Amino acid sequence: MTLALILLSVLILGSAIVALSLRNLIHSALLLVACWAGIAAFYLWAGAEFVAFAQGLVYVGAISMVVLFAVLLTRQGTASEPLGFASWQRFILALVAGGGVAGILVGAVLGTPLTVTTPGPVPVLTVKQIGAQLMGPHVVALLVVGILLTVSLLGAVVLAAEENVKSPEDEV
Amino acid sequence: MSPLQLCLLLSSLLFCVGLVAAMARSNAILVLLGVELMLNAANINFIAFWRYGPNPEAGTGVLFVLFSIAVAAAEAAVGLALVIAVYRHQKTIRLASINRLKG
Amino acid sequence: MHLPVSLVWLIPALPLLAAGIAALAPRSCRTLAAGAAIAAMIAAFVISCLALHTALADPGAKLVANFEWFDVGAGAMRLGWLLDPLTAFMCVMVTFVASLIFIFSTGYMKADANFKQFFCFLSLFAAAMLGILVANSLLLLFICWELVGLASYLLIGFWFHKPSAAAAAKKAFITTRIGDLGLLLGLLWLADSTGSLLFYDGGNGVLEVAALGSLASQVTVGGLAVSTAIGLLIFCGAVGKSGQFPLHVWLPDAMEGPTPVSALIHAATMVAAGVFLIARVYPLMSADLALPLVPLHALTVVAFIGAITALLGATIAVAQNDIKRVLAFSTVSQLGYMMLALGVGSWVAAIFHLLTHAFFKALLFLGAGSVIHAAHHEQDIRRLGGLRGRMRITFATFAIGMMALSGVPFLFSGFWSKEAILHAAHGWQVSHLPFGAALVAVVLTAFYMTRLVAETFFGTARTEETEHAHENSAVMTVPLILLAVGAVALGFLGTPAFPWLQARLLGEPEVHGHPLFESAGLMMLSIVLVAVGLGAGWAIYGRRPRVALDAVDPLAKAAPGVIAALGNRLGFDELYAATLGRLVTAGATVADFFDRYVWGGAVTMLARLGEFAGVVNRENDESAINGGFNVVSESFRDSGRAYSRAQSGEPQSYLRFIATGFVVLMLLVILGGGR
Repeated sequence: MTLALILLSVLILGSAIVALSLRNLIHSALLLVACWAGIAAFYLWAGAEFVAFAQGLVYVGAISMVVLFAVLLTRQGTASEPLGFASWQRFILALVAGGGVAGILVGAVLGTPLTVTTPGPVPVLTVKQIGAQLMGPHVVALLVVGILLTVSLLGAVVLAAEENVKSPEDEV
Repeated sequence: MSPLQLCLLLSSLLFCVGLVAAMARSNAILVLLGVELMLNAANINFIAFWRYGPNPEAGTGVLFVLFSIAVAAAEAAVGLALVIAVYRHQKTIRLASINRLKG
Repeated sequence: MHLPVSLVWLIPALPLLAAGIAALAPRSCRTLAAGAAIAAMIAAFVISCLALHTALADPGAKLVANFEWFDVGAGAMRLGWLLDPLTAFMCVMVTFVASLIFIFSTGYMKADANFKQFFCFLSLFAAAMLGILVANSLLLLFICWELVGLASYLLIGFWFHKPSAAAAAKKAFITTRIGDLGLLLGLLWLADSTGSLLFYDGGNGVLEVAALGSLASQVTVGGLAVSTAIGLLIFCGAVGKSGQFPLHVWLPDAMEGPTPVSALIHAATMVAAGVFLIARVYPLMSADLALPLVPLHALTVVAFIGAITALLGATIAVAQNDIKRVLAFSTVSQLGYMMLALGVGSWVAAIFHLLTHAFFKALLFLGAGSVIHAAHHEQDIRRLGGLRGRMRITFATFAIGMMALSGVPFLFSGFWSKEAILHAAHGWQVSHLPFGAALVAVVLTAFYMTRLVAETFFGTARTEETEHAHENSAVMTVPLILLAVGAVALGFLGTPAFPWLQARLLGEPEVHGHPLFESAGLMMLSIVLVAVGLGAGWAIYGRRPRVALDAVDPLAKAAPGVIAALGNRLGFDELYAATLGRLVTAGATVADFFDRYVWGGAVTMLARLGEFAGVVNRENDESAINGGFNVVSESFRDSGRAYSRAQSGEPQSYLRFIATGFVVLMLLVILGGGR
């Protein structure tokens, strides 16, 4: 069990690090797909099948496609300019700040005495139960999420739409 | 080391990877993806605490993650649309060049 | 089948509806606009015939339908409809002539881009005129009167891209407004002294015995009876609308509009309104006749103005060269005849002449329109000529109209109606001068109409366009034929032997066997005069038709000064420009002087004072108050500049600050013992 978790962690972290350090955006997008798939596998490992499927659908299926489209639409000249001093400076600073945050977090995780030490059996949560929960106590949140998705869809369309749209006759 | 601590370590490190990417990369798309990774790390935390927490039958963690994924999807859609819009106006998505609100 | 008087409003409402439809229709709906206008006008004609039938059942009665418009304080403002033979005859005439003119217009305006608007305006014009006819209230009449003015403005200026048309529209509107001001004053005075504006109201109307008696018995400035003063003010409105001297100047310029508009203005709608108005308020105009001691009778003024206008119009028409202007001045002259008839007390003769004149003048204008259309908008008779063979229908109908207008005896309607007027003028007790003027005008009318026909239709074509002129299509010729029939037949309604029309209008049983030969001497005289006019015209212009384009007019050769002055319309426009225009300019100069130096000086002085106070203030501000503020704001600006350096515009540096801050905070918490 633990071994599987460690392997998954290595896969997730490794693909994430490589993805975010590559200079080729297409490659990093594809590697991120692998990272998200690893996270979905982690959910499966933890027993949250439904979340795993949602992760697969939303991240691996949808967001990765949107990212790929964005990459293709905003592609600049293939000749990537050499990394300048500013880039390196920014990278070092980011590494320092990120490393600090990582040290704090890891220290907190390791230094905190967690009460649950014996892993119990995998809890069973059927889709039916999740559905009852969503339509019962959390129905307001569900509705709000529905509205949020609609609004963000419209917003994305408006933002990305061509601004000086020509009349239909002109485009023919 | 308990599995819960392992999970928390995983999420912490993933969070930091996303953070560093968001701070270091100049490409707006990669910054967005770093933010997405940070969100994913938070989700991992939720699942871990649901799995090893005291009351897994309620399924609160699972539901929270579901909503979080929905919000992340919305955020990705709007964020990438913004990137495209900015690209159309500025012909670049290098964050260093997009500083018109500079004081 | 009878028409209830409460439905008389349908007659003006239908063309108004057509105007609304045409106004709302899209620009491309040409057939819809023209169809609606013509259908509405024909329907109004049918209803008018029913109304005539109703009115003739009892010619003496005044059928009225009054209603409340709105409450004013204690009383109520009331309007109403009126149906009597006068209204009914006029309605039939207007709707019939207007229908034919509308049909003619579909041909004449075929190529115009604003075809739709044209029919909208035409319908509005006709609707307003019909509203005048059926109104039983001077106020309602005045509203429609002004609508007529508006529609005439729109139509005369229809080709507003021509500066002359725009100027003519403005001139017509402003000139008639001068008369309308008099009408408005008369209306207000009438309302003030009688408390009502209804013509007939079961004994309480302003044209009924009670009100007339009280109006005639009161005396106002200069010893005039109130009824005389009000009548003269109302007559001002008629002078403006009917183009009487001295406000006749707009009528010839109104020729700038499309020819069907000219026909409508001159025959059916606009100028007839003035004559109709005087005939309508005739009881008021004649109320002072019973008082022999008053210094002036209103009708005397009407008669003299009419006589002067008749003579003046006929004289000027002799020297005009534009086919439409000749006709325009002949209208001025004929309207003078009608006013003369009104003034000498025979309003039925005036209405008889109005009806016959409407037919033959519409015929002449449409004929002129036909010629102009065929000759590619050539209006100068010196450049036309020889059209007799090429436009047979137009020539034949135009000749009928010309003979009717000239008063060629027995067959043509103009003869009978003119004869009635001459007869009435002859019998007038006050003065014989108007009668003499009318006789001279008869000769001149016959003369200039002969000249017009001879120049236009005889001789040879004098330009390329005239050479290629050919007859127009049926939409334009059929109305001409119908009008020609009317121009002949209408006269027999009112011959001295069988005065059917007169009796119906007066509401009296007709006198059969009217002494036809009592006036035989007068009739002989006028026949001789017409013959003189025709003969002279033919001798000068017909026998030796003009050949060269620029040949000098034979009359101009004989008396160049007179003809030039007449051609210049006796300088009325210049006279007005020199007197009224000067007056206005002088007034403007005085006002300008006052503005510039008196008021302007005072204002400038005040401004200087204010300026000085401002300078003092500013000095004070800059040295004392601003100094303190400047120090404080400088320090604000410096600190702001320092902070703004952190605002780098790079989101990533903000993120870095957040992360660092988080680390520092956590370290503080951890190292501080978790407190």
